[in-house]
Amino acid sequence: MRPNDDCSTRPPGAITVRCRFFAAFAELLGRETLDLELPESATVADAVHQLRAQLDQGERLPTNPMAAVNREHVAAERQLVHGDELALLPPLAGG
Amino acid sequence: MSRYLTHDPIDVGNLVAQVSDPGRGGTVLFLGSVRRSEEDGAVASIEYSAYEEMVVAEFERIVAEAKARWPDAVCRVAHRLGDVPVGEPSIAVVAAAPHRREAFEACRFLIEEAKRRLPVWKHERFEDGTKRWRGG
Repeated sequence: MRPNDDCSTRPPGAITVRCRFFAAFAELLGRETLDLELPESATVADAVHQLRAQLDQGERLPTNPMAAVNREHVAAERQLVHGDELALLPPLAGG
Repeated sequence: MSRYLTHDPIDVGNLVAQVSDPGRGGTVLFLGSVRRSEEDGAVASIEYSAYEEMVVAEFERIVAEAKARWPDAVCRVAHRLGDVPVGEPSIAVVAAAPHRREAFEACRFLIEEAKRRLPVWKHERFEDGTKRWRGG
């Protein structure tokens, strides 16, 4: 489900993205999800910057973690749009 | 859970059966298993967790890419989640093709891309009860 699909509930010029945290990041932050409000045209890097400033223990997140938007790997410069699902991924260790 | 993820032991025979065909003379199977090594200490098991929806999407992209590169190959992949004891497979990749070369190449591609791209994490549990996230 996308956060705040009704755009009348958010301030003009703002977007909301659903942040998801996994594994060591979820343990560090004590949470798995967060709806984060950002200015329009914010990037993944902007979101990470805000999370690091806003969340308890957030400053312990890496400044440039691996990230995915809507289940695809993305670079930090990727621009976000309202309703995106942004996942911060600790170093992968599958297999 | 899905055709790619399971909390149960991976059914390797079933994966191989899915790609078997009289027209495919080469089948290559790769199993990645939880290992114990001196540098890692006394690991008893590894608990695997994942961004499950993305693992499914990423596995589908990887298999589609393999199909584009080796059109005659048929591939199956599976990753186990939850607690996996030392010695048991956590990932299985199988590729079958008319000839061994495509089967080897497709299998190698699948496991390398899976290692590089799947959002899966390991929480190591040691014999003394302590735990540690394993990165990379």
